[in-house]
Amino acid sequence: MREIDVTRTHDSASRAFPKEAAPMIEMRQVEKFYGPFHALKGIDFSVTKGEKIVLCGPSGSGKSTLIRCINHLEPIASGEIVVAGHRLSDSQDAVDAVRREVGMVFQQFNLFPHKTVLENCILAPMRVRKLSRAEAEETARKYLERVRIGDQAAKYPAQLSGGQQQRVAIARALCMEPKAMLFDEPTSALDPEMVKEVLDTMVSLARDGMTMICVTHEMGFARQVADRVIFMADGEIVEENAPDAFFSNPRHERSRAFLGEILAHH
Amino acid sequence: MTLDFSVVADAWKSLLFGALGTLFLAFSGMVIAMVVGVTGVVILRMQMRIPSLLVTLFVEIIRNTPFLVQIFFLFFALPLAGVRLNPTVTAILALGLNGGAYAIEIIRGGVESIPKGQTEAGLALGLHKHEVFRLIVLIPALRAIYPSLASQFILLTLTTAICTSISAYELTSVGQRIEAETFRSFEVYFTLTSIYLVISLVTMWLLAALGRWAFSYPQR
Ligand SMILES: Nc1ncnc2c1ncn2[C@@H]1O[C@H](COP(=O)(O)OP(=O)(O)OP(=O)(O)O)[C@@H](O)[C@H]1O
Ligand SMILES: [Mg+2]
Repeated sequence: MREIDVTRTHDSASRAFPKEAAPMIEMRQVEKFYGPFHALKGIDFSVTKGEKIVLCGPSGSGKSTLIRCINHLEPIASGEIVVAGHRLSDSQDAVDAVRREVGMVFQQFNLFPHKTVLENCILAPMRVRKLSRAEAEETARKYLERVRIGDQAAKYPAQLSGGQQQRVAIARALCMEPKAMLFDEPTSALDPEMVKEVLDTMVSLARDGMTMICVTHEMGFARQVADRVIFMADGEIVEENAPDAFFSNPRHERSRAFLGEILAHH
Repeated sequence: MTLDFSVVADAWKSLLFGALGTLFLAFSGMVIAMVVGVTGVVILRMQMRIPSLLVTLFVEIIRNTPFLVQIFFLFFALPLAGVRLNPTVTAILALGLNGGAYAIEIIRGGVESIPKGQTEAGLALGLHKHEVFRLIVLIPALRAIYPSLASQFILLTLTTAICTSISAYELTSVGQRIEAETFRSFEVYFTLTSIYLVISLVTMWLLAALGRWAFSYPQR
């Protein structure tokens, strides 16, 4: 297991739940099928504003599917998803409204290879948020600075390391000023020496109060920033627990088996 | 047999204009082929039954019939439909449609080679499907298949010779006229061969330069 070093002491206030009751992301009885395959079974959970969730579970358990349903990269069969007050449906307006509020970071970075770092960051703000080029560039520079990559703005993705590319991908999502961020194994495709720079960026984002759902097996990260760990298996949420409790005393047999496996591999 | 290239030399002006005519047909044909190619792929991607079927039908008809027949068909069919075009315009249209059918197949392959993650990243940022295609997928897709597209366009350049059949203005028709006037068949066709070779090489070079310019971003 990889521990990321904590330079700042943990600020417990940043973990506290905010007063307002309305959840940022809510899933109710969500069912998802791929053909006959039942990928999500009655998923029910909600994330309040500022909360950080780590989603883990064995391969094929439906983690990616779950977060991809939140921004409608995958349509659902039944159930309900509400994001920042917008109820998701198959209508383009509903999908637009939800995507406007959530950013997503992928395992494979998915930067656009024919656009520079800066162009990657201003494309959607100009098209979707209708910012002027000057406004979009200002926002982009702010977030590139924030992920400590401001000096690479004129480069193309292929000229950057994996860690740098993933930080650009995070900045690109932040440029839309989302209310929540979804991460799908953001460090899994990285060489080990680059994992830390990306995790540090995510930790600092968490500290600034971003609502986050992270699919990750970085248990150090989970312990450090997660308010809750959600463990999935076979398309179901098996266990939901505070990170310390989840790691030291998992309630379910499957969680224990999974943790045993993770520990054996790190 | 004595060779006499002086008749060819005397006709250098006609040959030069013929060559320019060929280049004009070729490059106009390429532009139309490009438009047809991208439009065809866009229509296929909309995944609507009838339009997709029509595009597929068009591609299959073009790819499974001779160009000579296609160009005669256009030349005689258009007037029946009340459209009168001069032979050169008809030739450009035929070249563009023919090249376009092949371009559809090639460009579609390029689009399919782009990882799904690119589209998903665009959609997740709130872009619409058509924006994702135009702004994110198209350029890398064209880059991926540019060598195939360029060789298809070289083929199109050489195919212009067939346009002599409807008396479009191009190099082969000019050569045939000189031959008819001078009876110097070998000298004329030797010269035409050399000029086509130069045209091909120049076109190849121009397309390569265009590719380097359009796809100048670094790729891993
Ligand atoms: N597009 C698809 N078509 C059919 N089946 C799919 C599709 N995407 C995912 N699945 C199946 O759904 C199940 C859940 O997949 P998902 O990618 O959500 O798992 P995961 O928990 O993210 O796994 P991993 O840790 O390997 O990324 C798997 O059994 C997978 O084979
Ligand atoms: Mg996954």
